[in-house]
This record gives sequence, C-alpha cells and structure tokens, in this order.
Amino acid sequence: MSKSMHGTPRTSTLLWATLILATIATWAMGALGETGTWGVALLAVISFWKGAVIILDFMALRHAPLLWRAVTMGWMVLVWAVIAIAYIKGLAQ
Amino acid sequence: MTTNTAIAPDSAPAQDNAPRLAGDLAIWFFILAELLAFGVFFAAYAFTRANNIELFNTEQLELNRHAGAINTILLLTASYFVVRAVQAAEREASRECANWLLGAILTGFGFILVKLTEYAAAFEHNISLSSSPFHMFYLSLTFFHFMHVILGLVILIAMWNGARQGRYRPGEMNGLETGAAYWHMVDLVWLVLFPLVYVIH
Repeated sequence: MSKSMHGTPRTSTLLWATLILATIATWAMGALGETGTWGVALLAVISFWKGAVIILDFMALRHAPLLWRAVTMGWMVLVWAVIAIAYIKGLAQ
Repeated sequence: MTTNTAIAPDSAPAQDNAPRLAGDLAIWFFILAELLAFGVFFAAYAFTRANNIELFNTEQLELNRHAGAINTILLLTASYFVVRAVQAAEREASRECANWLLGAILTGFGFILVKLTEYAAAFEHNISLSSSPFHMFYLSLTFFHFMHVILGLVILIAMWNGARQGRYRPGEMNGLETGAAYWHMVDLVWLVLFPLVYVIH
C-alpha cells in the first residue's frame, strides 16, 4: 500500500500528546491571572502552533495542493495578526 | 527491466502520492466560508476590546477558564480520535474505525455538557446578550461555535453508522474524510476562540 496522507497512529498519538501538554502549559499560565504582554505573546505563538498541527497534520493539508495550504494557513496568520494589532492598540490606551 | 505493473490491474496508480485534498472539494469551500465568518467575528471582538479594555478585562476574569481549558482538551482529543478512525479505515479495520468514531462522539458530548454547565452558571449571574459588550461577544461567539459542534456531532454519528456497516475502506474514503475535515474545522476555530475570549487580557 502507498504511504497514507493521514499519517501513522504513532505520529498522530505523539502530536496529540504534545497538543495536550501545550494546552496544560497555557492553562497553568492563564490560571496565574496576570499573563502580561510576553505571556500573551507566548500564548499566541503556542495557539498558532496548535492550529498549524490541526491544519497540516489532522486535516492533512500538508499533502494538499499548495493553494489550499496557503489559504488555510493564511487565514490563521491573518486572524492572529489582527488579534495582535488590536491588542497593541489596547495597550496604548 | 521487467515489470509486472502493466498486467497487475490492482497496482497503485502512479499519482497516489500526488497532492490532493482529503474529502469533497465542496466541504473545503464550506470550511473557507466558515473560517471567514469566524475570522470577521474574531476581528470585531479584538477591536471592540481595544476600545473597552477595562470592561473586557474585568468581565473576562468572571469566565470559567477551567471549563474552557477542559473543553480544549476534549476537542483536541475528539479530533485525534477522528484521525485514528480515518487511519483505521485505510487499514480496512471497519470495527476499529467505528470505535474511534464513537470515542470522538463521546468526547464531543463531553464538550456539550461542559458548555451547558457554563451557560447555566452564566444565566444564573444574569449574563445576557444585552448585559454588556463583552457578554454579547462571549455568548454569541461561543454559541455560534456550539452550534457547529452540534452539527459536527450529527455528522460523526452518521459516519459511525457508516463505519459499522463497513462503508469506509481504501478507495471509499471520501465520506469519512469529508466529515473528518468538518470536525477538525470546529476544533481549529476553538483553538483561536478559547485563548482570545477566555485568556488574553
């Protein structure tokens, strides 16, 4: 059989475990109450990475035509860029 | 240079590893439309917050972040179960595929349960669409997403039925891949919604 675009149980289990660990890490950060600007930046980076795993690996867009990968990843870049701009705008107040 | 491929009708076609989308093209256009709608919603939240920092920061702290984090873990796990279901179908393991889908359905219902408890607590505190701009965003964004989880569950249950009838196997993966893509989209949106509305302040 040819190689599957959906990966192997081993790789997806590893990805899932890392996603859960990342969630628990950000959970602990959020639980502290005051995350601060750098905490927010770190949270955004971790959240972006989690989304990238869903898009590229779970949705298998890593193996899709480039245009589809660009549009979905581009959506995430745009959304987080807008959130960052609005957050910085809020800081200036 | 002898080769049997010419006389082996079941041999894998050469383009097997060529780039392709998992599932129907139509679901991917639908997913793009959904992502766009949620994206506009997220931008509206972010800029309304920028003009109401004090209010948003105060009211955000009243949200149940633990419920939000538990729901993140539930959705990530449900997505992982769906990936395992797809992998099982590729191995022609229909029963295993059905079991992974059932796991995804149960974790999905777990999300619903946590969310309903959260809403019950919110309504007890008289939080409504009109009680504040933050509450308006919190309720409408999470409820819009909630509706997608419910539709996702309906799709998962339909696929669970399909898997139990042995409908998904190599060459017959389209239905399963299409539903899986929708479910992952619901997860993907939550991965922005949760940090944005519950945590970032």
